[in-house]
Amino acid sequence: MSTRRPVNLTSARVPRGKVFVLPERCKGCRFCIDFCPKEVLVESEDSNAKGYRYPLLASGKEDGCIHCQYCTLVCPELAIFTEEDG
Amino acid sequence: MTASERILTGEHFMLGDHACAEGALAAGLDFFACYPITPSTEVAERLSHRMPKLGASFLQMEDELGSMAAIVGASVAGARAMTATSGPGFSLMMENVGLAAMMEAPCVVVDVMRGSPSTGLPTAVGQGDVMQVRWGSHGDYSIVAYCPNSPQECFDLTIKAFNTADHYRIPTFVMLDEVVGHMTERVVIPDAKEIPFSGRKRPSTPPTDGRFLPFQAAGDGVPPMAHAGEGYKLHFTGLTHDERGYPALTPEAHVALVRRLVDKVRLNAPAIVEHEELMLDDAEVVIVAFGCTSRSARRAVHLAREQGVRAGLLRPITLWPFPEERVRRQLRTRGLRRFVVAELNMGQMSREVERLTQLPVLRVNHPGGAMLRPEDILEAVLR
Amino acid sequence: MTPTKAAGASSHPLDSLFRADRLPHILCPGCGIGPAMQCYTQAMVESGIPLERQVCVSGIGCSGRVAGYVNIDSYHTTHGRAIPFALGVAVARPELRVTVFSGDGDLISIGGNHFMHSARRNVDLTVICINNFNYGMTGGQAGPTTPPGAKATTAPYGNAERPFNLPYLAAAVGATFVARWTALHVRQLKDTMVRALRKQGFSFIEILAPCPTGFGRPNDIGEGLDEMNRYRTRCVVNHKAPLHELDVDLREIEEPIVLGNFVDRDRPHYRPPMIQRSPAEEHGTAGDRWAAQRPAGMEGTE
Repeated sequence: MSTRRPVNLTSARVPRGKVFVLPERCKGCRFCIDFCPKEVLVESEDSNAKGYRYPLLASGKEDGCIHCQYCTLVCPELAIFTEEDG
Repeated sequence: MTASERILTGEHFMLGDHACAEGALAAGLDFFACYPITPSTEVAERLSHRMPKLGASFLQMEDELGSMAAIVGASVAGARAMTATSGPGFSLMMENVGLAAMMEAPCVVVDVMRGSPSTGLPTAVGQGDVMQVRWGSHGDYSIVAYCPNSPQECFDLTIKAFNTADHYRIPTFVMLDEVVGHMTERVVIPDAKEIPFSGRKRPSTPPTDGRFLPFQAAGDGVPPMAHAGEGYKLHFTGLTHDERGYPALTPEAHVALVRRLVDKVRLNAPAIVEHEELMLDDAEVVIVAFGCTSRSARRAVHLAREQGVRAGLLRPITLWPFPEERVRRQLRTRGLRRFVVAELNMGQMSREVERLTQLPVLRVNHPGGAMLRPEDILEAVLR
Repeated sequence: MTPTKAAGASSHPLDSLFRADRLPHILCPGCGIGPAMQCYTQAMVESGIPLERQVCVSGIGCSGRVAGYVNIDSYHTTHGRAIPFALGVAVARPELRVTVFSGDGDLISIGGNHFMHSARRNVDLTVICINNFNYGMTGGQAGPTTPPGAKATTAPYGNAERPFNLPYLAAAVGATFVARWTALHVRQLKDTMVRALRKQGFSFIEILAPCPTGFGRPNDIGEGLDEMNRYRTRCVVNHKAPLHELDVDLREIEEPIVLGNFVDRDRPHYRPPMIQRSPAEEHGTAGDRWAAQRPAGMEGTE
């Protein structure tokens, strides 16, 4: 059994991520939007060619991604991913 | 392991089912999956004894559905794979016979025919799977079915079945009947060097260049075969597919694929069809019979000749494709009066002869349980 | 205050793990098979097993289509027969790592006998089972995992049958590794898949997944997102949960859904009987037979 240790706040660094979206692949399931732990994403007003609303960066959250890659894994369509950004 | 352990070169007094097993081993059997069923069980028992000593895989599966699926899986991984069964199990295998045809996975199925339908006569002879082996899975596809009439042929034709399966990428069948499977006779197993081997056509381009199309066929209709684990990133499906192997659910793709699957055997039939004939040159009555029935028919030919009737015997060795060209050629023989088709079913092969000729075709048949006697066939010849 | 467009991209870093020319896939919006497939492809890489040695075999149904999208050797077989087909591949070529990816109807109903016996034998296979509580491909019929009373197109008055508890079943018939996650729990699911791929013997992962089209809407659960939210609020992780208490009914709001890696044990895995284990003196394995016929450039892949 491993023992959990408190995070060392002076040395811990939260990564920053950059979000990439391929809007035309999106089928509008909203998994990435609703389950993003930092609530970085919102749904677009307009639709892609198939008629689905795709994720956008929420206003004020443009730098909020922490590159946890949850959206990459949960997206059924290979329509979103993140890269570590600085 | 040496060739001599795998190939029992020499003269033997051997059961038909065992000869079938030895033929498979001589052909290089890697993988055998089965479910016990009379009267084919001796094939499995022999192989369960022999294969573990040869580094080859013997599996007893949970049912015949699984047995057939397993040999198709082994085949696409590169194995020479076989199963053996009888009527009720053969019915269960039909699902994945279709898969083998669609995936073009070479494999061999031994069917030792017993009295049928249903559970029928488990321990007694029948020849009722003639149409099932050809048409048993849904839809159109092509197969080759060999029909030995002796233990020696059980050995020889099982080897041939593997080579044909690999050559055309089809399921092939060795159709014994209970009498042939349970008959013990002299079997000569030749030296390893004399065992014919022809393998699968293989890709000519390496996987790295990405140009290989796994279902693109050359002129003979047979695509080269790449196996799992070779780096080609193959996709095989039972769905209608294109040359990449990808599902293509269009009428055009379906017509092209199914036509090719059927034509692989249809257009190559002259190279595949085999028969044996006895005194057909001047025959006025031609008996058509296969398997154990052909042995009674042979005697009937001699008995008829003794009584002044010029009888002859045409024995299909490939039940499918049926030797119809040989029948057509016989139709040009001066003085030919009729055909007599003898078989242990209610008239399955008879239809193949009837559709080729306007001459009378007498059926000598019953649905199994015992062999037809020479006298039964003779009576129809003399009638 | 308007949202901004995220950076664009012409491709996805995981595209190479898929047959990208076949995307978009046929699965409905909100289907849980997509996330499971993402986890599978990432686990394939993280397992450290060369992709050339990995094989995906599937049966029939929506989940069975996964074999057509992952970019490794893949075989889309007949309904219920993915496991025995995979067994054939795995036994003929023991150096290959074979995964069966299919659905609950395919693996547990029509393929139930093969599931049971391959687990009993402890065949070296990883079986990934998408459980969406219905037959999705054919239009939402009841199946062996449909909860009692649930509506289905063949159970318009409510399902009259009791469903399987899949982890309990898998453990009872002999699986050496048994886990359950959902399409929401992608991180745990991917890590579990890596473990399963590295585990010798018969490993089984059940993935609860939304099927909004066939199950969610007729049962007042709603869209895929709504079902995912039920997983979010109701799932508890308990690796030591008693297996017989793992029944799932998505409609019972009060009941927790238990997830975890429930079983991890070691038993000898299946090999056909061999009296003499000489891999390739003369005859060799199935793969060796054709080695001489192999074109140049393939040496590195064996």
